[in-house]
Amino acid sequence: MTMPLVSVKDLRIGAVTDAGRKVEIIKGVSFDIAPGEIVALIGESGSGKTTIALSLMGHTRTGCSIEGGTIRLDTSDITAMSEWARARVRGTEVSYVPQSAAAAFNPSKRIMDQVTEISAIHDLMPRAEAEKKAVDLFRALALPEAETIGQRYPHEVSGGQLQRLSAAMALVGDPKLVIFDEPTTALDVTTQIEVLRVFKSVMKQGGMAGVYVSHDLAVVAQIADRIIVLKGGEILEVGSADQILSAPRHAYTKQLIAAFEPVPHQPQGLPLQAAKPKVVLEVADLCAGYGPVRGGVPHAKILKDVSFKLERGRNLGVIGESGSGKSTLARAIAGILPAYSGSVMLDGIQLTPDLRNRSKEELRRAQIVFQLADTALNPAHSISTILARPLTFYDGLRGAAREARVIELLDMVKLPAALRHRLPGELSGGQKQRVNLARALAASPELILCDEITSALDTVVAAAILELLKELQRELGLSYMFISHDLSTVEAICDDVLVMYKGEVVEALPAARMSTEAEHPYSRLLVSSVPKLDTGWLAGLEQDPELVAQFANR
Amino acid sequence: MPQSLQPWFLVIQRLGIALLTLVIVSFAVFFATEMLPGDVAEILLGQAATPEAVAGLREAMGLNEPALSRFIGWLIGLARGDLGTSYVNNIEVVELISGRLVNSLKLAGVTTVVSVPIALSLGIGAAMWRGSVFDRIVSMLTISVISVPEFMVATLAVLIFAVWLGWLPALSYGVDVSSLSAILKAYAMPVITLSCVISAQMIRMTRAAVIETINTPYVEMALLKGASRKRMVLVHALPNALGPIANAVALSLSYLVGGAIIVETIFNYPGVAKLMVDAVSTRDLPLIQSCAMIFCVSYLSLITLADVIALLSNPRLRR
Amino acid sequence: MMAEDTDTTAALTTPPPRGPGWSFNWVGRIGLVVILFWALVALVGPWLAPYPPGQIVDYDFFTPMSANYWMGTDYLGRDIFSRILMGSRYTVGIALAAVTLACTLGVILGMVAAVAGGWFDMVLSRLLDAFNGIPSLLFGLVVVAAVGSSIPVLILTLTAIYMPGSYRFARALAVNVNTMDFVTVARARGESTPYLILREIFPNILGPVLADLGLRFVFIVLVLSGLSFLGLGVQPPNADWGALVRENIEGLSFGAPAVIFPSIAIASLTISVNMFIDNLPTKIRDRSE
Repeated sequence: MTMPLVSVKDLRIGAVTDAGRKVEIIKGVSFDIAPGEIVALIGESGSGKTTIALSLMGHTRTGCSIEGGTIRLDTSDITAMSEWARARVRGTEVSYVPQSAAAAFNPSKRIMDQVTEISAIHDLMPRAEAEKKAVDLFRALALPEAETIGQRYPHEVSGGQLQRLSAAMALVGDPKLVIFDEPTTALDVTTQIEVLRVFKSVMKQGGMAGVYVSHDLAVVAQIADRIIVLKGGEILEVGSADQILSAPRHAYTKQLIAAFEPVPHQPQGLPLQAAKPKVVLEVADLCAGYGPVRGGVPHAKILKDVSFKLERGRNLGVIGESGSGKSTLARAIAGILPAYSGSVMLDGIQLTPDLRNRSKEELRRAQIVFQLADTALNPAHSISTILARPLTFYDGLRGAAREARVIELLDMVKLPAALRHRLPGELSGGQKQRVNLARALAASPELILCDEITSALDTVVAAAILELLKELQRELGLSYMFISHDLSTVEAICDDVLVMYKGEVVEALPAARMSTEAEHPYSRLLVSSVPKLDTGWLAGLEQDPELVAQFANR
Repeated sequence: MPQSLQPWFLVIQRLGIALLTLVIVSFAVFFATEMLPGDVAEILLGQAATPEAVAGLREAMGLNEPALSRFIGWLIGLARGDLGTSYVNNIEVVELISGRLVNSLKLAGVTTVVSVPIALSLGIGAAMWRGSVFDRIVSMLTISVISVPEFMVATLAVLIFAVWLGWLPALSYGVDVSSLSAILKAYAMPVITLSCVISAQMIRMTRAAVIETINTPYVEMALLKGASRKRMVLVHALPNALGPIANAVALSLSYLVGGAIIVETIFNYPGVAKLMVDAVSTRDLPLIQSCAMIFCVSYLSLITLADVIALLSNPRLRR
Repeated sequence: MMAEDTDTTAALTTPPPRGPGWSFNWVGRIGLVVILFWALVALVGPWLAPYPPGQIVDYDFFTPMSANYWMGTDYLGRDIFSRILMGSRYTVGIALAAVTLACTLGVILGMVAAVAGGWFDMVLSRLLDAFNGIPSLLFGLVVVAAVGSSIPVLILTLTAIYMPGSYRFARALAVNVNTMDFVTVARARGESTPYLILREIFPNILGPVLADLGLRFVFIVLVLSGLSFLGLGVQPPNADWGALVRENIEGLSFGAPAVIFPSIAIASLTISVNMFIDNLPTKIRDRSE
């Protein structure tokens, strides 16, 4: 067996919490990486995957420090080095591709200066040579206008391009190891494919080893040779990509994979509420936008003539990529962003565009739940205050009756009653999202507008929230409008799907037939771009280049 | 609009806003001074004035016209460089102010040249070696200076340099200005005092601005490329902190024109701030209004300049 | 489901991480102690004074420290210790009144402007920005010289000087909070503007606002001392600390305690407030810089 390129032995990393307590966040991790091998670190948030990856460069974030163990990279012992010696290794031996290239590029410097900076810092080659090399890399990474793209500023290129440029930035010093820190997480699915594909081919050509940090098993399956599953700062399982996907051993890995399996949604048979109209929400020719209004039309038109109907007890999925206007649709329906034309009918009653002119009863019936529970819950209010307010506001509940109802609501979202005395900052992400949901339920609504409510959550936690939504629907006869960029999430909970592209609905069809029968070219591109839990998926994927050029935001 | 024109459009917009603010300010200055208690004509004529004489003087001075028309007349005069005539000694206000303004600008200029380079390098240095002994000493000194009244800084300087060491004269004006060393000596005390006061503010704000940009992902990225601490701060953080730093410098410098009142008093330095205080005690409205306008113009032009620098240093707006 | 369940129980067993995050380091504690000391002195000091502050107790002037006159006597032969105790009431009292008024007004207007937006916000912001252009000490001088100095005039003038800055600070914070989803949720619920301001926004800007209030208090103490030093602040025979320095400035050249102790009093108050604010727990301070 050849000598591994990287060998990590019993790595321990400690951190000091805000409260001044010392905790161990990496608890004795050991693994090797062979030359030319790509190893994936996979785990949920807090699993320590990024911390481990950064420690391979001898870097720990503020408050963290390497407490024990050794990291050997080729011939250098990273853990024993001085900060000065580590700086000599960074960029030349090991380099880094960040999660958000948009944030990792200095906004005030030209791209070329930043891509060739490693060469300038370590004095690797003359500037002209470095620039020539950068242009070659731009070509290899399939960037458009490879000759001139370096002269632009970061804000002048798209997100997908910036992510590929960040790879060029990492590769210019010919490192032996490249660390990819969730490099496609911030990208749209149609963009992600191209980036993944060029990363894979460049790594193969250069014969470099890689560490690929991700929370997404399907993405990792396409690029990694070996997968390390992490949880709570410990390694749970190590195996080849095929073995992990087909024959996982650890219960947690099985759970991760199970959360991926598409669960086809069963329409709910609801007790018929004869007194209420069949259609909960009817939207006709809705147009909304932002910016200064001139002649009744705002400067930036986002939504263009959106129409649909949502029947009681059914769920409507709205799917689209960033900039498709799906969140704007929810805001226009809720009246947060008043529509400038078109109509919204709730339970057969026409709503005014601006929520300030709607009655309390109208507002009560449709509740909106936002993506980020962190910002959706007031950090200064206790959970009980947060849940009690809609009860007082809509129903005038007070005292013991209100308290009882708060406990009941917490029980509905499967949270213990004692949690009501906590502040949101003391809850986990999943708990916060449940409280967020409970607040909407407090209004006893007919319709809940869910804006990407599972997107910021870990896979397993998100699956549990989806289960909860289904259960609540059975019990309370709710209808959901479910906005998401993730096809499998929409398939798991929705009866019908609207596909949105640049503010327009390009296709509407039953969710069950989405994958197989979508007709609009954009819908087909979207469906085919979702990574599958299959190591050969990316290699075997063929997309019509014209279609890609027309719709993908690369 | 073509992209290349956009920054200039923004610059012109800023200038427009500054001009508009100036008009609002002049309105406020004019009516605030009008509201000063005491009738000008009565004050000018003294205790023994007969009602007829007061009425006559009011008529002659145009005080009976509606306030708005007097305001517009005053504004037109300002635009033409006519600041009016002093009520007290019938001298053109321009003449009264010009000498004093030159004095103030000289003092401000020397102080700027001394303090800005020192303050910026100390602020950037403290941010670069954050938490080091150097940073702590700088922070402690700036806090002490900020916390202490200006007159204490000045008296301390007098005590040390003039009384104990005897190096410099305690007063700065009216001394011999024939040689360079004499001029240096004459300006030293006020400049030392003012430099201490404005540097402390600039150091604090510069340090904060640079530290804020150091905590960004792109500076961490530079670290992961193997950049030294110096390179991270000077090449990556500093260019992005230029806007806030320019703003801090502008705020501090604007203080030099009107805020130097204590220094002018202690060192008996004839600047505009003192002129204005004297004008208030004699109810010399045209003089007060002109001084107030000078302060506001200098503040607005410095702030606008900082705004434009911030604008042009940001490639997102530049291109 | 498993992971979520363990998640829930884990959160129940770990103690809330609240307590230690609020503790101060020793520099902050020293600052707090000095602040409390001066607050106490301002409150009860005049009853502790060994001599009536206005009475000439010694026929010699600028006497050094002695058992009878702990901090010596001033240029007229009055007891400096008693005058400093009395002066604390003027300095601390006036500054506290002014800073409370300025911050209350500024924060209320700032939050209303942030939530209301539109022309109200634009006009108010422009107006107060322009007002900021007038040098603060000079503005104080002009007002006081024009209408005469009295304690209410001093308080109102200082309020007028520092209100725009407080407005600007609170507005910037409130604009940030106003874009948060929890405010949007409350708005979508149909809540009134006063509710949004008081219940949703105010608790979240309170920490930085209090830190800002402390810094503004220091500036007000400094401007007030400056005014008094120029003879336009608290009028004789009463004297705040700035006026005490002015009265006894003649004693400076021979190091009379009469000029040194009032200076120390001012510096100790302002430096300790700064020390306290700079070392506030990050939780409170957050974006106060």
